[in-house]
Amino acid sequence: MIWDILIAVALVIGAVFTLVGSYGLVKIDRPMSRLHAPTKASTLGVGSLLLASILDAYSSGDGSLHEILVMAFLFVTAPISAHFMAKAHIHRGTVAAAPPTLESGETWACLDKDREEQPADTSA
Amino acid sequence: MIQIALVFAYVCIGLSLILAMWRLWKGPNVIDRVLALDTLVVNGIGMIVVFGISTGVETYFESALIIAMLGFVSTVAYARFVLRGNIIE
Repeated sequence: MIWDILIAVALVIGAVFTLVGSYGLVKIDRPMSRLHAPTKASTLGVGSLLLASILDAYSSGDGSLHEILVMAFLFVTAPISAHFMAKAHIHRGTVAAAPPTLESGETWACLDKDREEQPADTSA
Repeated sequence: MIQIALVFAYVCIGLSLILAMWRLWKGPNVIDRVLALDTLVVNGIGMIVVFGISTGVETYFESALIIAMLGFVSTVAYARFVLRGNIIE
C-alpha cells in the first residue's frame, strides 16, 4: 500500500511538471525566456517519472537502479543543450540585449558572423 | 490508485506533446523549433517510462536511454548548425 502511494505521488508530480514545462513553452512570449520552461521543468518531471519506475521495480520484487542512468544522462545533458540554444539565440540576435563589448577589441565567439569568409586556419 | 495515476500521467504527457507540437508548428524562429523538438524528445522519454510502468516490462528503459542519447546529440547538432553553418569543424 505504501509503495502504491509513493508510485502514484511520483507519477502525478512528474506528469504535472512535464505539463507545466510544455505549457511554458507555448505561453512565454520571448524566445530567450522560453528556454527556461522545458529545459528545467520538463527535465525534473521526467526525473520524477523515472523515480516512479524505480519504485515500481522495487515494489514488484526485482528492484533495479537502471533508470538512474537515464536520469543522470538527462540531468547532465539538459543544461548543455540549453546552453547551445542560448548561444544560437545570441548569434541570431533574438535577445533583448546584446552581450557587452570586450575591452580587448575581440568579438564574442557566438557573434563572429564573418568567420566563414576568413581563410581556413591550417595550423590546427 | 496506480491505475488512476497512470491515466493522469498519460493525459498530462499527451497534452505536453500536443503543446510542444504546437510550438514546433508555430515557432517564430528556428531555435524555437529546435527547443520544441528537444521538449518532444524529453516528453517522449516520459511517455515510454509511463508505458513501461503500466505494462511491467523492463525493456522499455533501454529504448528510453537510446532516445535520450539521440535527442541530446540531435539537439546539439541542430544548435551547432545554426551557430556555425557546419557541425564538425
